[in-house]
Amino acid sequence: MVVRIEVTSKVLDTRARVLKERLDSFGFKNILDISIADVYTIEKDFSKKQLKEIGQLLTNPVSQKFNINTDSALPNFSWAVEIGFLPGVTDNVANTTKEIIEDFFKDKLRDGDRVYTSRLIFINGKISKLEIIQITESLFNPLIQRVSIKKRDQFIKDSGMDQVVPEVKLNHEVKVCEVNLNITDEDLIKIGKSGIENEDGTRRGPLALDLQYMKTIQGYFKKLKRNPKDIEIESLAQTWSEHCKHTIFADPIDDIKDGLYKTFIKGATEKIRKKLGKKDFCVSVFTDNSGAIEFDKDFLITHKVETHNSPSALDPFGGAITGIGGVNRDTIGFGLGAKPVANVYGFCFADPSDTSSLFKDSKLTQKMLSPRRILDGVIAGINAGGNQSGIPTPQGFLYFDKSYKGKPLVFCGTLGIIPKKAGKRISHLKKAENGDYIVMVGGRVGLDGIHGATFSSEALSSGSPASAVQIGDPITQKKFSNAIVKEARDLNLYNSITDNGAGGLSCSVSEMAKESNGCEVNLEKVPLKYPGLDPWQIWISESQERMTLSVPKKNLERFLDLMKKRGVEATVIGKFTNSGKCQVRFKNKLKVDLDLEFLHNGLPKRNLKTKKPKLLKKKLVVNNLNYSSFEFVSNQYDHEVQGSSVLKPLQGRGRVNADASIIKPIFNSNKGVAISQALYPELTDINPYLMASYCIDEAVRNLVVVGANPQKIALLDNFCWCSSNDPERLWQLKESLKGCFDLATFYNTPFISGKDSMFNDFNGFNEKGRPVKISVLPTLLISSIGIVEDIEKAVSIDPKFSGDLIYLLGEHPKELLPKVNPKINQRIYQIYHQAADNGLISSGISITRGGLKEALIKMFLSGNLGLELNDNNTLNNLSSGRIIVTINPDLKIQFEKLFKGLPFKQIGTIQGDKLSIKGQETNLKSAEKLYKDSFRSF
Amino acid sequence: MSKPKVLVFSGYGLNCEEETKFAFDEAGGKAEIVHINDLIDGSKKLEQFQVLAFPGGFSYGDDTGSGNAYANKLRNHLWEKIDKFIKGDKLVIGICNGFQIIVNLGLLPALGKNYGDRQVALLHNDNARYTVRWVDLKVEECSSPWVKNLPDFFAPIAHGEGKFYASDKVLKKLNENKQVVFRYTLREICELQNLDPNPNGSLEDIAGITDESGKILGLMPHPERAMFFTQFPHWTYLKEKFKREGKPIPKFGPGLQIFKNAVNYFK
Repeated sequence: MVVRIEVTSKVLDTRARVLKERLDSFGFKNILDISIADVYTIEKDFSKKQLKEIGQLLTNPVSQKFNINTDSALPNFSWAVEIGFLPGVTDNVANTTKEIIEDFFKDKLRDGDRVYTSRLIFINGKISKLEIIQITESLFNPLIQRVSIKKRDQFIKDSGMDQVVPEVKLNHEVKVCEVNLNITDEDLIKIGKSGIENEDGTRRGPLALDLQYMKTIQGYFKKLKRNPKDIEIESLAQTWSEHCKHTIFADPIDDIKDGLYKTFIKGATEKIRKKLGKKDFCVSVFTDNSGAIEFDKDFLITHKVETHNSPSALDPFGGAITGIGGVNRDTIGFGLGAKPVANVYGFCFADPSDTSSLFKDSKLTQKMLSPRRILDGVIAGINAGGNQSGIPTPQGFLYFDKSYKGKPLVFCGTLGIIPKKAGKRISHLKKAENGDYIVMVGGRVGLDGIHGATFSSEALSSGSPASAVQIGDPITQKKFSNAIVKEARDLNLYNSITDNGAGGLSCSVSEMAKESNGCEVNLEKVPLKYPGLDPWQIWISESQERMTLSVPKKNLERFLDLMKKRGVEATVIGKFTNSGKCQVRFKNKLKVDLDLEFLHNGLPKRNLKTKKPKLLKKKLVVNNLNYSSFEFVSNQYDHEVQGSSVLKPLQGRGRVNADASIIKPIFNSNKGVAISQALYPELTDINPYLMASYCIDEAVRNLVVVGANPQKIALLDNFCWCSSNDPERLWQLKESLKGCFDLATFYNTPFISGKDSMFNDFNGFNEKGRPVKISVLPTLLISSIGIVEDIEKAVSIDPKFSGDLIYLLGEHPKELLPKVNPKINQRIYQIYHQAADNGLISSGISITRGGLKEALIKMFLSGNLGLELNDNNTLNNLSSGRIIVTINPDLKIQFEKLFKGLPFKQIGTIQGDKLSIKGQETNLKSAEKLYKDSFRSF
Repeated sequence: MSKPKVLVFSGYGLNCEEETKFAFDEAGGKAEIVHINDLIDGSKKLEQFQVLAFPGGFSYGDDTGSGNAYANKLRNHLWEKIDKFIKGDKLVIGICNGFQIIVNLGLLPALGKNYGDRQVALLHNDNARYTVRWVDLKVEECSSPWVKNLPDFFAPIAHGEGKFYASDKVLKKLNENKQVVFRYTLREICELQNLDPNPNGSLEDIAGITDESGKILGLMPHPERAMFFTQFPHWTYLKEKFKREGKPIPKFGPGLQIFKNAVNYFK
């Protein structure tokens, strides 16, 4: 029996009111009222009494009421719109509802008993059919959601909405097929590009394997004298994907034999560590899921930044929430398990006011989401993921350019903390041993996220798989995060751990198998969300919220028992071996039998070539959106949880977005971690070397300004490039890496981790059906972390008192393009740090892409005190390395003595109530308008 | 005198247990984080504690209404033990999600000593959005041991469903009984940052209430996040001010007093 329980509000429903306001702002002016019902569709034979009890469990009697099947007292409405999930899409509320029902009746729901949720929206007003379709379109995403619309009379005639049971039905025979590779090159290319052919002639989706890779696979199996199974090809495609192996960074390029990564990123870190000798503060770099530096004598701090661009283009909420959830797991999967202590974000979007449509197909049936929808969804996704996990999100940025219209860039990062010793073990070292059980912990496996790794290694086009879209479940993750990091880790119950990210089990297990030199998996043991998955799908599915652990026999019972007590599902799915092989069985039959050596190191090296493009000569235009307050984001992301906040994302009286923030991760230590980020994509086409140098300089400077020790700063690189098979784009890449190397080694700021995403291109069609390719500006994000020795010395943006003196530190040569002079900058940063340490600085701000004017406006608003400047020479200069500070006039002599010999000058005083630059005045109100109006209504 | 023992609940998405434990420890208590399942299976016992703390978090992801699912679980498995606990001379606090939980469980406001009866609700904020900021709080005159010697203060909030709602009848009773202990108000923080004092549309600006005995306290703001001077949104300004006035820089924040009050109650 299928029953609908509908819960409605007895009091004014805020959600309905806000939805009405929102639709109103989208131009739907005819809506008079909206009311909302939360619908629970339950498929199980419950008695009437039991259904009533369930209704009570789901309802707050003070503010809500429920009805079983239909509502007798309907609101005024002209249309009813119901939105639910498509079959197989994660429905967290339904899962909680299931738990509530099971816990109450102390009885597990059986296979076939199901719960689904949906939202029923009653809309009242004179609204045409066309309008209601438009309204609905703005409310739901056809990739993950289903919708039904009924006019009032129809609704009444049918006594309500229809009962919809979005069950996943995979009606086919579960099997493994052999793939014939004795085929022409042309057919090999087809498999590599569009996937293995199904019996009906359709293809399974992109493998992102080019001909050279396919031929290597062909050769390997020729030597084995057999054809591969489909699951073996899928496995190789995952492990060899650009997303996992970073081939563009690994392969030789021009005359650089060791490739870009080894030469410029790892090479920089190695050079710095050697130089620093005993002062080296790196502990675990590039080898683990995150990078780690020393925090103090007892703890390490870790950091990792990921991107989740392609999924966010298709389902912004799901893409972003799984992005932040995924990088949280890179923290939990660091060493023996670090505790997430801060999230960071960065969004590159197109202008949200751009309403022209893009389509994936030439027939204009697959419309891409608008920039505004993407922005709203991504912001909400990080909100849900970060807030629900109890991890503060103190740092982030928004950046706008029209090149992000096809694919937004969604950066998600997480810092973690881990004691140097976990129980009896050194916490950053781990090794799966021969004989250890392979235990999968967390969520179950479904079709969600299949071909995610290979998909993100390709441009977005009409062939992009919808199953690559996933929704996160932060609470499932929070449960195992606590059980692992706060309990099992220090009991030393397991030998190794990693997260299931791109490529799912196929990547996590085979990656850990390197530690013991082999693995044996029994795929039928893997718990599934619903039956009917083929073995290859189970093996590569990227269903979220899962870790893989290696648990020694002696601890297995204790480990499984602990997980059970914490409400965490944990399942033994195989053993680590020392056979040198990755072997996967399904119902006792060997389906994958690959040499680990081939799986991990068999991919051929390509020789990449670059070509110098004609560099653009253009003036940098200031896009006001990029210098606007994004307070509406900062104050919906909890940055106070864990009680660690020191310098917050919004500072001063005017609540101004800061470029860096500080957290204090250990309650009884005054040490802090400063966090910042920098990017300058509009510079890449002009001068990629300068772009990279600028980013590093800014990421370092932002930290120094708030009080970090310049000798303890570490960096992360995220390259989000486009068209990376184009030699000219590769030339830009190489040049920017040179910049990274030169600046990082000069400042002694090592890279500790990084990630790249090389094909951020959109191939589709515009409203007229003409083909368009939109490529992102080649974007490098440098993320930085630095140790703050004493948080009480931290410096915020806001000027403190009238009468204080304003100084400009740094050079400002008369050039249009920004200039980076690391020699002088480094000296300034060192002296600044001394000055801050001596308490000489009352406020400080780094001058970034927006130049001096933007920095002055931020200072003005944050302090709500007038700034009087006697100099306007440097206003349009964009040079790097500059800082504005304000100081107590009593400290003038001390301050100036310290900076003697360096470029600095007093440019004004804190005075009056206006920003006055050589007589040109801006009052508070117009400054606020300039800074806060762009997103005031968001 | 041995230190009073505090049980801080955890599990299913609660997430402020560590800072809440720290706050009680710093105040002189002995706090222990206990997973709800360890109470259900009997490996931990409620009666061994003097204070129960339901910390903030996102239990069950707020699904089916914030605090609802966790309250259901408590009601299904631990109600008799909790009922016995509150009838002893003991203290209970619920912060943020913990407040939502004990309101749904009916520990608050328990008018007429009807523990277990849901009488008030915490609804979606008026902006229908998760909101993080600092608020000023007025401490009302009342006899609750939780707020002894506590001046008006400020603390951060971080919630999506914090709008205090009750019928007129219930509101009247709450006022008569002096069960409203905290109200959002206009003081230092809101003046400085030009903020609306009431962050979520709570009726009568209510931020926290007690039961009739005053021993059970629930509040939306987070006192455990206002433990130190350097957690204030304007501490860098205050530091500079005190420095120039030749005054010492304080170490602690106002939140500590609430936890001290609980500890001192058992001295």
